[in-house]
Amino acid sequence: MSVPGSWYLILAAVLFSLGIIGVLVRRNVIVMFMCIEMMLNAVNLTFVTFARMLGDIAGQVLVFFVLVVAAAEVVVGLGIIVSIFRRRVGATADDLHILKG
Amino acid sequence: MEPTFLLAAIAKPDLITFAAAALMVIGGAFGVIASRNPVHSALSLVLTMFGIAVLFIEQDAQFLAAVQVIVYAGAIVVLFLFVIMLLGVDRQEIFGRESLRAQRPLAAAAGVIALGEVLLLARTTWATGAHAANGPVGNSYDNVQRIAAEVFSTYLLPFEATAVLLVIAVLAAVYLARRVVTANAEEEGSKMVEGKAVDR
Repeated sequence: MSVPGSWYLILAAVLFSLGIIGVLVRRNVIVMFMCIEMMLNAVNLTFVTFARMLGDIAGQVLVFFVLVVAAAEVVVGLGIIVSIFRRRVGATADDLHILKG
Repeated sequence: MEPTFLLAAIAKPDLITFAAAALMVIGGAFGVIASRNPVHSALSLVLTMFGIAVLFIEQDAQFLAAVQVIVYAGAIVVLFLFVIMLLGVDRQEIFGRESLRAQRPLAAAAGVIALGEVLLLARTTWATGAHAANGPVGNSYDNVQRIAAEVFSTYLLPFEATAVLLVIAVLAAVYLARRVVTANAEEEGSKMVEGKAVDR
């Protein structure tokens, strides 16, 4: 008998929560972005786990699409970060108060 | 089922692999959150990604494990490191100075509440458990074939859409990274240099 799927799901929930905490606690924009990637990975883990539990390959196909979207998101997000911080000094979210109304 | 009985019922190699990978994932996640240096955060992220890849292999998702290592650990983290080095933002974040009071305890509390919510929702049975009209996961020999068969038949249209998405992302990245040299921009650039000098 292999490890039950619920253990994987609990691990994924913990990882997702750690991602949430990271996004809320850290103020370095790049680290916040990494935490978003962690949350995406937690969701991928649940997809693969359900694919195994339900015996259905569609979960793995969905992970494939999530990976592609994550890659595109990282490219655009880091491009935005670079273009913002090219003209600003700091790298924390507090330095972005220029958006304040 | 008794927990001890359950533990005994699980095959030892599976259990040990799961425990080691879970340790990697959680340890890496803590590293990402707690590292003062963004470079250390990125390296911890690599640890987390490798742990997830091990868990993928453990669950008969060999193709996704390979893609996970290549795309995440190979491409995305390297991209993060490039940006960190390029911007010179590898300076340490000042943890003591807080513009929002009690931000960190509140954030930790919010994260714990979110975890509780997820676990609570997991107890309810919203998922129907019905199968999509797709094949089984398969074993280590035909995992790639099964994924390919699905991607190129049932999910052909989304697959084409991801191609369009990637092209759009490349165009957006090129547009964002472009440096327009005008008189105004040069003036801003000199200002930025002055600002940096003052800040440091």
